[in-house]
Amino acid sequence: MSSFLRVAWVVVKKDLTVEVRSLEILSTTMFFAVTVVLMFSFGLVVDGRPLNDVAAAILWVAIAFSGTLALGRTFERERQHDTLRALLLAPADRPALYVGKLVGILLLLGLVELVLVPLVGLLFNAPVIAQAIPLAGLVILGTLGFASVGTLFAAMLVRARSRDVLLPIMLYPMTVPVMIAGVRGTAALFQPTPDPAVAQFWLALLAAFDVVFVTLALWTFEPVMTE
Amino acid sequence: MTRSMLVMLALAAGMFAVAPWMIDAAPYEATMGLVYKIYFFHMPSAWMFLTAAIVAGVASFRLLFLKRPRADHWVTAAAELAVLFGAFTLVSGPLWARKAWGVWWVWDARLTSSLMLFMIFVAYTLLKKYGGPGSDKLGAGLALFGMANVPFIYVSVNYWRTFHPPTSVVPTLPVEMGIPLWYCVTAFTLLFIILLRMRARLEYQRERVEALYLAEDEA
Repeated sequence: MSSFLRVAWVVVKKDLTVEVRSLEILSTTMFFAVTVVLMFSFGLVVDGRPLNDVAAAILWVAIAFSGTLALGRTFERERQHDTLRALLLAPADRPALYVGKLVGILLLLGLVELVLVPLVGLLFNAPVIAQAIPLAGLVILGTLGFASVGTLFAAMLVRARSRDVLLPIMLYPMTVPVMIAGVRGTAALFQPTPDPAVAQFWLALLAAFDVVFVTLALWTFEPVMTE
Repeated sequence: MTRSMLVMLALAAGMFAVAPWMIDAAPYEATMGLVYKIYFFHMPSAWMFLTAAIVAGVASFRLLFLKRPRADHWVTAAAELAVLFGAFTLVSGPLWARKAWGVWWVWDARLTSSLMLFMIFVAYTLLKKYGGPGSDKLGAGLALFGMANVPFIYVSVNYWRTFHPPTSVVPTLPVEMGIPLWYCVTAFTLLFIILLRMRARLEYQRERVEALYLAEDEA
């Protein structure tokens, strides 16, 4: 087990080192997320007032879009230098490599969300600070659900043609439960009188989704990544 | 095509030719009148849609974990049938809904989860067509995740909102409606089995032809 965690940690450290040196994915993804929020705001704000539940919807659409972008870019970097092959050749547990990549993506998206959530709160007057704890729970579990499926698919797609368009095509229908749970749970928190019971139900659903899909991904990563 | 396939095909064609009379003979339903008869084709095709999804999931499991490369032919065949019967279900459903509910589409649990499952299998066919080499395992992973996802989609959309007539409607149908319904289910099942076998066989033959071409190139 300790070697499993060590391998995962080495992969995380490698990804962080590469990212810290260039900040390429972090800066582009963050700016992209901000742009998405603005684009949707122009579409969904009528007479200077947002429609009902728009803040929650925009937040999650921005997470999904920027998540897809970050996933695609992360694995594109591995593909360009053919380093994914080197990783797979390493005498290490394949699932440990998956966990390493997943944690790297989660850290990246977590940083993006640290900007995204306050921005949505600011622009839509949403109670992000008053509801900080349940909101953080929803965002963390939702991002984990999205990234657990996304990391596996993006890794599988590294060798495929037209991978940039295939990733969202495969990922979005698969993460519909995450989107619904995230948006409905967040909307319940953003109401004039917040409804924590509803948010709790969606949190529980997200937790179940995460457990099932992380397990399934750990289990499938080995056979799908074997040539 | 093998002889048994021909026999089954002839049988299915005969059954489908007679089906309109069977459906015509079924009595009118009190509140919905004529339009409810779409149900005789809608429900069997929805069942075949789900069966196709299950077959694809099981075959994917065999391909990935039991390392049976030929299971790929069955995943491909079942996934394409899921798209076919899914499309039929998703077209015939709204036709009925327009009359019964007054709208083409409602965001109810079953409609939405069917649509999402359909989209997963459309993604599968796109992946197989444009994904290039290695897309068989990728597709199997997608189909497997799609199967695992169905209960989550269902529960999440169910709590989001709900409309569809419940499954418990089937055993309560009067006999005059039950007979044509089960007749149609049989016809659709037969059609499903034939198409599945033919498509898997076609895929197998395509693979063999490719192997022969490669062998010729090397010689």
